[in-house]
Amino acid sequence: MAILVLAEHNNAALAAATLNTVSAAQQIGGDIHVLVAGAGCAAVATAAAQVAGVAKVLVADHAAYANQLPENLALLIAELGKNYSHVLAAATTNGKNVLPRVAALLDVDQISEIVKVIDADTFQRPIYAGNAIATVQSSAAVKVISVRGTGFDAVAASGGSASIEAIASVTDAGISAFVGEEVAKSERPELTSAKVIVSGGRGMQNGDNFQLLYGVADKLGAAVGASRAAVDAGFVPNDMQVGQTGKIVAPQLYIAVGISGAIQHLAGMKDSKVIVAINKDEEAPIFQVADYGLVGDLFEAVPELEAQL
Amino acid sequence: MKILVAVKRVVDYNVKVRVKADGSGVDLANVKMAMNPFCEIAVEEAVRLKEKGIASEVVVVSIGSSAAQEQLRTALALGADRAVLVESNDELGPLAVAKLLKAVVDKEQPQLVILGKQAIDSDNNQTGQMLAALCGFAQGTFASRVEVAGDQLNVTREIDGGLQTVALKLPAIVTTDLRLNEPRYASLPNIMKAKKKPLDVVTPDALGVSTASTVKVLKVEAPAARSAGIKVGSVAELVEKLKNEAKVI
Repeated sequence: MAILVLAEHNNAALAAATLNTVSAAQQIGGDIHVLVAGAGCAAVATAAAQVAGVAKVLVADHAAYANQLPENLALLIAELGKNYSHVLAAATTNGKNVLPRVAALLDVDQISEIVKVIDADTFQRPIYAGNAIATVQSSAAVKVISVRGTGFDAVAASGGSASIEAIASVTDAGISAFVGEEVAKSERPELTSAKVIVSGGRGMQNGDNFQLLYGVADKLGAAVGASRAAVDAGFVPNDMQVGQTGKIVAPQLYIAVGISGAIQHLAGMKDSKVIVAINKDEEAPIFQVADYGLVGDLFEAVPELEAQL
Repeated sequence: MKILVAVKRVVDYNVKVRVKADGSGVDLANVKMAMNPFCEIAVEEAVRLKEKGIASEVVVVSIGSSAAQEQLRTALALGADRAVLVESNDELGPLAVAKLLKAVVDKEQPQLVILGKQAIDSDNNQTGQMLAALCGFAQGTFASRVEVAGDQLNVTREIDGGLQTVALKLPAIVTTDLRLNEPRYASLPNIMKAKKKPLDVVTPDALGVSTASTVKVLKVEAPAARSAGIKVGSVAELVEKLKNEAKVI
């Protein structure tokens, strides 16, 4: 039994989410092969070969895979995947985009966003915005699974010495093309991999006031997130959204500022190790999940916090 | 162009669901049901394309029990032209749903199919991508902007860290993200008119589709509860606790 893990990367560096996915693969058990599909992605393959627990790295280096277009990538993964017991990818926007396409090509059901491996066929995944946990069992010939990173501790990025094998065949569906990308350039860590996150909600009142949070975040080396209410109100862009319909995070420390704690937000952050809530409404539901709650005006508390860090 | 929109009947997003004591699922008895929020955005986008003169017809399809007619009528009231219900009382997984939708696509021959990116009950985020694979169509998932340009579709997608734009050959599949549009409310005259719009009912058997699944739900349980901690009196106390008690800063 061997497991194929799709590497998450940008052609230059291997994304941390891959390490969590390999961790899930280790719990399933079996030889772990990592597929690096991209263009000019040799450095990623080298990095993947050093990941602890990886037996083999397959590299498909071709322009057709440069931007991870699912129409091209899914054909490749499905062709390779039929020889594996499991095909895994991180539940990132990229993994979510391509993996169901792979499953359909293999004519198997997919299991999305597992947070726990019970055995090689049985997994746990949250449903209803995390308000229920389903234990599901698959009898599919190839089990196609997306992995929620926060459910699995990352394996070490070094220590492995996998062989690297090039894949010659190229699959280009020719029905889609990459036009462009606007990726926010930031010195701050990515939300899904940050150890500390400072998030703002509707209580921030406007986008400019998020500067207060950036001040605290920079002192803590933290990422800045937002609730759906803040996104819907137009304070900040959607890629900052933490919650059921945004990013699922589980940092060491999560500081919720001016966030009431709607179910849909809690679903995205309640697995954080330590939760701090700052809110002027002491009845706010966020306090029911917070380890440390501070009832008060955020416009006084946040600058004070920044000063004391 | 003809647009097909798929919608799902789910628990209303304001309802806090409860897990059944026997672990067989969540309790849906007497719970308010509604159209999945991402599906509402899909209907709205199709109707806007029709209002712009780009779409000629908007057909809305749902797969579910006869009660899903309610959500189809809602979509008709929002501006869809006609509806198809693939009636099944089974709990179908995304692959089965995608296969049924593929059969509807074969029959209707739409140029564009719009779906929500995920349903807020099962949270799978699979059906649109699977349908695209089965049809051999290109896909623009998690769309925040859709623009028809001749025989091509430009879709701006919400990705980790920002936005990506792709150009897709039509016919194509789009799945909606939150910022694509703000759905309208149905007006009373439109709700009345929707009652007279055509709604066909077909069965999976009539479409010749097998809905067998390889995934079995063994149990459904409530997540581990997180208990409330303590209230601190000042920022200084908070910083002290984070440093010395929680040791996270």
